[in-house]
Amino acid sequence: MEMLSGAEMVIRSLQDQKIEYIYGYPGGSVLHIYDALAQQEQVKHILVRHEQAATHMADAYARASGKPGVVLVTSGPGATNAVTGIATAFMDSIPMVVICGQVPSTLIGEDAFQETDMMGVSRPVVKHNFAVKHPSEIPGLIKKAFYIASSGRPGPVVIDIPKDMTTPTDKFEYSYPETVSMRSYNPATRGHSGQIKKAVELLLAARRPVILVGGGAVGGKATAEATELAKTLNFPVSNTLMGLGGYPSTDRQWLGMPGMHGSYEANMALHSSDLILSIGARFDDRVTNATEKFCPTAKIIHIDIDPSSISKTIAADVPIVGPAKSVLIEMLALLAKSGKQPDADAISSWWSQIDQWRERHGGRYERNEGGMLKPQQVVEALYQVTKGDAYVCSDVGQHQMFAAQYYKFDKPNRWINSGGLGTMGFGFPAAMGVKLHYPEAEVVCITGEGSFQMNLQEFSTCSQYGIPVKIVCLNNHSLGMVRQWQDMNYESRHSQSYMQSLPDFHKLTDAYGHKAITVKTEAELIPALEEAFALKDELVFLDIHVDPTEHVYPMLVPKASMRDMWLNKTERT
Amino acid sequence: MRHIIAVLLENEAGALSRVVGLFSQRNFNIETLNVAPTEDPTLSRLTVTTSGSDRVIEQITKQLNKLIEVVKLVDLTEGEHIEREMMLIKLKATGQHRDEVKRTVDIFRGQIVDVSSSIYTVQLTGDQGKLDAFIAAIGETYVLETVRTGVSGIARGDKVLSI
Repeated sequence: MEMLSGAEMVIRSLQDQKIEYIYGYPGGSVLHIYDALAQQEQVKHILVRHEQAATHMADAYARASGKPGVVLVTSGPGATNAVTGIATAFMDSIPMVVICGQVPSTLIGEDAFQETDMMGVSRPVVKHNFAVKHPSEIPGLIKKAFYIASSGRPGPVVIDIPKDMTTPTDKFEYSYPETVSMRSYNPATRGHSGQIKKAVELLLAARRPVILVGGGAVGGKATAEATELAKTLNFPVSNTLMGLGGYPSTDRQWLGMPGMHGSYEANMALHSSDLILSIGARFDDRVTNATEKFCPTAKIIHIDIDPSSISKTIAADVPIVGPAKSVLIEMLALLAKSGKQPDADAISSWWSQIDQWRERHGGRYERNEGGMLKPQQVVEALYQVTKGDAYVCSDVGQHQMFAAQYYKFDKPNRWINSGGLGTMGFGFPAAMGVKLHYPEAEVVCITGEGSFQMNLQEFSTCSQYGIPVKIVCLNNHSLGMVRQWQDMNYESRHSQSYMQSLPDFHKLTDAYGHKAITVKTEAELIPALEEAFALKDELVFLDIHVDPTEHVYPMLVPKASMRDMWLNKTERT
Repeated sequence: MRHIIAVLLENEAGALSRVVGLFSQRNFNIETLNVAPTEDPTLSRLTVTTSGSDRVIEQITKQLNKLIEVVKLVDLTEGEHIEREMMLIKLKATGQHRDEVKRTVDIFRGQIVDVSSSIYTVQLTGDQGKLDAFIAAIGETYVLETVRTGVSGIARGDKVLSI
């Protein structure tokens, strides 16, 4: 059997796991591992400029590909810088393996240089974490980390490796396990047949149904089955923020997103429904509004791989624990076998009601004729120029909501955003992670001048590796979402929500060797976008000045039901 | 309502901190907690008493089950069960009161496990209510120090929590 050091085992395990890219930053505790990395070519390393960016790159790769991303950072500040990215992945159930250096085991607990209790710090934001106690454990723990990260409800796994576990001269027998079995971890592999049968009966009896497609349908690769089910039944569909693309947004049966900034018709339909079939949506507070007023007439069928997501905030009438894909396949088979359809008259009158709601709002906004660009029209132009087929990686704030509302996603895994944690600074490194793996695809980061400045150092990483993402910065010279809340709830006292002393983004982009285009008028917009996307090999930063007074609508009225919305600055339902 | 949840978990470093962390992180309440290895040295058994609405208890059991190191758990209060807690208590025992303390200990079937000229140290086992009643009967002014193990529990009859 082959004898390897702990450091070599780390890299060899990643090779055996068929990992192509890892993202990271070296430091004292991981120097042995970096030395082993340098002596091979199979696993390629991307040197970021801040560890947070490494985690977002790995995370976004996982979101786009469905495979776990891998991060390598040093102990102490390297590890703590990664925590925001780990928490981001945790909240959105994204598979990720983060390998952290640690001070030598002999120094742990002595407040050694660059020592942080990463096991303790990361515990609340990981699916699981491991500390290596002996070098020979490394291959087994790495295999387990990938297994735990990718199975069941996915999530990040941290492996904490003290430096003395990787000493180059200490060699041990290496073999990478083929399989893993753990007596204490056995995620559900299929749903309960009795429950699935009950669910099908409810679906057939429904008169005002809505199918809610969440991130679990995308992560669980069940979007084709969800679409087939909706088509078979002729039911309306709403995709949560994490589920966008899970059902094609240009389809007639699609209602838009639900919740805080959901569409008028989606929120009205959910509120008035008699049955909600949730496929991997977790009834997050940004969707439900006040839970006690949530959809008073609806029965709930809730499919989720994680039992703790079911009846956590909203009680389910028919809970189904299992992978969305296999559950939906079983449902479709049962429906086909029954040969029944829901009451056609009831469903058709439900559709006429929905069409009336669509006419009332339908995502309309007012343009400033000849004046400042509206952020919505920038997203619409981007959709047009990219023919709706780009990977759109968003930062967090108003631009995120405008992107979610106005870019119509017809495919899953194309909309990449920090939905749960709401991490500003996510979008740019996320776009880099996707572009690296899909060099032929159009990859765009939609951001604002606030979010972008939280990770703009990655301009440098893009120069080093030639990562030609396109950055659409909706520059409104203010923290738009904060400002919107201040307008609505704090009599427009804009406490710390405006941006003084913005950099000259043109010069800044130039300094890193990239191209910048400034856009201020409608006439410049489409040509600028076309120029940017025509420059296949260049990173282009589009500094697009938009109306700072614009708000995101619809917006749910706080502590109310889903039908209580502001539709614009003056009109309420 | 009060619940006693018994948990089998991998006897590994850090497993206990995950359980405790979960309770504080999700704002669940811990009234008592004890943990020790079982006859199988790879497993620890942990008993936690907690309280909350049915919805909260359901979340507690689901979230505990989700921890990778939790192998199995049971909410003992869902069925017939036996619960015990052990207390060591140091009592002031002087003058005529010394006899009264001894009588009370006998009534509660406690044992005096250490004696000094002015103090009895008593060992008492029972459910939480019995231990509380003993303290009340002795009178708090005579209590110098108490140490309680927290509740341990086991199901009645044929039910067994094992892997």
